[in-house]
Amino acid sequence: MNDMRPAERAVTTKDIKFECRNCDVYYGDTHAIKDVSVDVEDKTVTAFIGPSGCGKSTFLRCLNRMNDTIDIARVEGTYLLDGEDIYDKRVDPVQLRAKVGMVFQKPNPFPKSIYDNVAYGPRIHGLAKNKSQLDEIVEKSLRRAAIWEEVKDRLAAPGTGLSGGQQQRLCIARAVATEPEVLLMDEPCSALDPIATSQVEELIDELRENYSVVIVTHSMQQAARVSQKTAFFHLGSLVEFGQTGQIFTNPKDPRTESYITGRIG
Amino acid sequence: MTDATAPLPSSSHRAGSSSLMEYDAGTRRRNNAERRFRAYGLAAVAFGMFFLAVLAVSIIRSGTPAFTRTVVQVDFAMTQQQFDEAEKSLLKTKVYSGLFISALTAELQERGLDSTFDEAAIERLLGKVGGTIREYYKANPAKLGEPVSFSLATSSRVDGYLNGRVKRDTLQDSRFLMASDLDLVDRLEEAGIIHAEFNWPFLTGGDSGVDNPGGAGIGVSVVGSFFMMLVVLVLSLPIGVAASIYLEEFAPQNWFTDLIEINISNLAAVPSIVFGILGLAVFIQFMHLPQSAPLVGGLVLTLMTLPTIIISTRASLKSVPPSIRDAALGVGASKMQAVFHHVLPLAMPGILTGTIIGLAQALGETAPLLLIGMVGFVARGYPGGFLEGFVEPNSAMPAQIYTWAARADAAFYDKAWGGIIVLLLFLLTMNIVAIILRRRFERRW
Amino acid sequence: MPIFWLILIVLAIAVVGYILGRARAMRDAGGDIRKLHSLPSYYGANVALKAAVPAFLLMIVWLLVQPIYVTSAVSGLIPDGEGTSRAEHGLVMAEVRRTADGLKNAVAGGAMSETVARDPNADPDEVTQRLKDAGQIITSQITTPVLNAAQRYRDLNATGGLLMTAGVLILSVIGMLWGIRENRADFRARNVVERGVRALLIGAASIAILTTVGIVLSLVFNTIEFFRLYPAADFFFGLNWAPSFSGRGGSSELGVVPLLWGTFYISLVALLVAVPIGLFAAIYLSEYASPRMRAIAKPMLEVLAGIPTIVYGLFALLTVGPLLLSVFGKDGLGWMQAGTAVMTAGLVMGIMLIPFVSSLSDDIINAVPQAMRDGSYGLGATQSETIKQVVLPAALPGIVGAILLAASRAIGETMIVVLGAGAAARLSLNPFEAMTTVTAKIVSQLTGDADFASPEALVAFALGMTLFVLTLGLNVLALYIVRKYREQYE
Repeated sequence: MNDMRPAERAVTTKDIKFECRNCDVYYGDTHAIKDVSVDVEDKTVTAFIGPSGCGKSTFLRCLNRMNDTIDIARVEGTYLLDGEDIYDKRVDPVQLRAKVGMVFQKPNPFPKSIYDNVAYGPRIHGLAKNKSQLDEIVEKSLRRAAIWEEVKDRLAAPGTGLSGGQQQRLCIARAVATEPEVLLMDEPCSALDPIATSQVEELIDELRENYSVVIVTHSMQQAARVSQKTAFFHLGSLVEFGQTGQIFTNPKDPRTESYITGRIG
Repeated sequence: MTDATAPLPSSSHRAGSSSLMEYDAGTRRRNNAERRFRAYGLAAVAFGMFFLAVLAVSIIRSGTPAFTRTVVQVDFAMTQQQFDEAEKSLLKTKVYSGLFISALTAELQERGLDSTFDEAAIERLLGKVGGTIREYYKANPAKLGEPVSFSLATSSRVDGYLNGRVKRDTLQDSRFLMASDLDLVDRLEEAGIIHAEFNWPFLTGGDSGVDNPGGAGIGVSVVGSFFMMLVVLVLSLPIGVAASIYLEEFAPQNWFTDLIEINISNLAAVPSIVFGILGLAVFIQFMHLPQSAPLVGGLVLTLMTLPTIIISTRASLKSVPPSIRDAALGVGASKMQAVFHHVLPLAMPGILTGTIIGLAQALGETAPLLLIGMVGFVARGYPGGFLEGFVEPNSAMPAQIYTWAARADAAFYDKAWGGIIVLLLFLLTMNIVAIILRRRFERRW
Repeated sequence: MPIFWLILIVLAIAVVGYILGRARAMRDAGGDIRKLHSLPSYYGANVALKAAVPAFLLMIVWLLVQPIYVTSAVSGLIPDGEGTSRAEHGLVMAEVRRTADGLKNAVAGGAMSETVARDPNADPDEVTQRLKDAGQIITSQITTPVLNAAQRYRDLNATGGLLMTAGVLILSVIGMLWGIRENRADFRARNVVERGVRALLIGAASIAILTTVGIVLSLVFNTIEFFRLYPAADFFFGLNWAPSFSGRGGSSELGVVPLLWGTFYISLVALLVAVPIGLFAAIYLSEYASPRMRAIAKPMLEVLAGIPTIVYGLFALLTVGPLLLSVFGKDGLGWMQAGTAVMTAGLVMGIMLIPFVSSLSDDIINAVPQAMRDGSYGLGATQSETIKQVVLPAALPGIVGAILLAASRAIGETMIVVLGAGAAARLSLNPFEAMTTVTAKIVSQLTGDADFASPEALVAFALGMTLFVLTLGLNVLALYIVRKYREQYE
């Protein structure tokens, strides 16, 4: 698990899902993201890596407009999802977030039952016509998140009673239940133990079949293991963006090299 | 991970989700619900503000008349000879009021106005004029022979007529006021003899009888409240601070400490009237302390405010960082010295703010005072001296207001609203002082 | 006011003791404070504490015990014929006290000589007349046993006062001398003083317990007294509240049910006003409002909580009552007879409770972690969906606690119902009818002219007991729920 060689994968060019150009983010007076341009491909796992405070999480939160909930944050630049500007005035952030789901650093199940946690999204978006359809969605989502076998006998138990790894997989099930097109994951394994981490990583690889996944991670091994494309952020700027294999074996920028070899971080 | 392979059928993707710019029906419905929900919230806040505004407007509108009174000002001169004659006659005050009436008639005639009115009308408008004049000359015999300008307060019904509370068309003739009297009032007003002035006696006077709303004042009960607050301050500040210091700095974790904590948090929520019952049973029935005394009122209010003061004092003690205590202990101070030399002075602004707010709460409290006999009608006169102020029967501002509000005569309602303005001014001052203290000395660690 | 002077004298002794004690320690150390165990001021404080604290304790105990002793000594003087039942006995004792006060004031005012006041064979008729002439309040003709009892009462109190003064002063001086004697240079003054101060701090903290004990005792004793005169079953289950106005018992019906009904009905109306408005205001201010608006609106709402209840009472009586009457009265819908009604009091009490509900709920909503909200937004929920389905369910226990606290406030509120709800006890469902509450009746039964020993006055203590138990239950439950809730997110 700790080898740094990227897995052998067929690297083919796919449709571009997210097209971000000249993006800047300010928190009050702080310039948190400086002129970042990134393309996120469909059915691909893209990893954002970089030292703490480099802005990778901030940038991730721009992609489904989570920064709207922070009063002092100001976002500039163009963010095109399937060619549509997500910061257009006509865009409803609620509809956007249904398409671009998110999994957070700390597992945050709602204080409800396991079933209600997963059914929450389908319910608010009106995805199920009746109870049996909802049951079906819940079961499929839990299966996709590889937690079905563990919880199928206690769907009515509170989600907060699960272990950390189970909670995070529950949150992933909750996110995929709304059928997003893009899944954003903000350090999804930082609060998990190694076994839970490997389960989530396997899951991410499987999710790639249907979704475009963007993952922010602290761990370079994790980026190497799960992603096809990697972007390296440093001090709010995008330093290097390319195929994961190329970033880890043959970085072009000296800063990337020093980070990967452990000299900055 | 074998169970994670089955992909969801793509048919379950919502129709119309292709473009972000187009809203499907569900999104529109949800956005409308969002707007409605937000509007409810805004409406709730607006309701609160609206009630506050209505309260403020009705207090100011109904309370201001209490601060003006109507006086009839008549220039009057009396010779020594007239005085002697009047003192010799049988119905002395009648002679004086006769003199007053002729003076008033003369003034009206001078201005070319109808001057017919009878003595009974004057008594209805101005009360016993003769007695007032006689007392003045008996007290100041030197003024005999000189012209003196008398300002005589009219009855509260005349006040009501001039500020619109009493209407001519709804007035029913009674022994207090006749419709014909209003003609006289109109004429006096035209002649400029009757006019409004600031009602100092309202601020300085005591309670009056049930049939004399015009003479009622709040001054005596302000003094009663002052003595009570003095008792509350002197007792609750040291006791509250001592109790908080013990609980916050010294108390070990045991059942006794828990018992105290539970008691304090429950006492903070016990209805105030229960404290009144306590005061009645313990201080008056059992200890035979004097009834209606500000001392007893102060004791009851002290017990009532102590939990509030203890809770806020503990909060300010807690906000002093432990590093200060460690620093003092580190140079060899005892725990007691660390607390009294370092923690307490740093917490003092917060403690004072909490105490002032507790006092303000106590100042507005009514129910317990009624039970220990501090009702409004005992507030007839000022106490004889400083020490007597604690034990002589007196009332307090809110109890005085209650007494006025409970009386049948609507003229007392003006007084009650006016009393509320005075009470709220005191509370406002105390709160402003508390805010300034907090702004000035608040420290962020 | 001799007690005031006594306090001043003891304080003066303490100050003198402070100076002397400090000087004595300094002399023992030869003027070199480095030879002292503690700072010189601790030696002074040691003496001052020893001079003042035991003396004050003695004074407090004496003041508490003397009335009990004197009353029991004097009541033996009253022959059985005069006071058959306990209630009448109480009346006679009150008469004795009034006579004794009258004698004291008459002597002080110069209307009566000391010898006449003390003469046990004085003619009671003559004494009565002279007391009435002196302007003292005497309710009836004084009889010889009452006069003798009053004289004995005066004697005992005077002697007791004298003994107390002497005892307190002697104890104070002894304490001072003892303290000074202790003050050698090697005496650990700081430790002793700090132990003393610590004891004082514990004493101050124990006042909370004493207050609760005082409340419980004063309620319990008088309630037992009441149930001796009036059957408890009739009180708890009686459907009628009709105290007789004579104030001497007899035909009163004192059933608590109509009062409890009025209390609950008014509180219910108040909560129906306060809970939705307060809760929505809290939600708006914590989730939607800009920081600027929050900074203005939150303190404005809290002003409503700082306004004394008498103001709300007057507002109910003179503004809201007439307003409702013009809409629902006989000129309007004809449902309302007078301005004072359940609706009037309930509405105004609701306004008073708005900030109470809103600021407590605000705290509780803010305690829900932001991660919960993020999780919901991340799934594409709108803000209101997040609030309704995630934040409120998470905050529910805390909000229930806040509502229970508000309910306890409503039940214990007095001035609004005294002025706004009317005086008639009634079992009715019409919210536009006047009803009355437990608190309002406590006030009216104890401020009337009924004698304290009559069931009409004593019933107020039984009502107070009911009120105390009710609110205590609600408070304990609410505090428990809120605490549990806080622990969940800490």
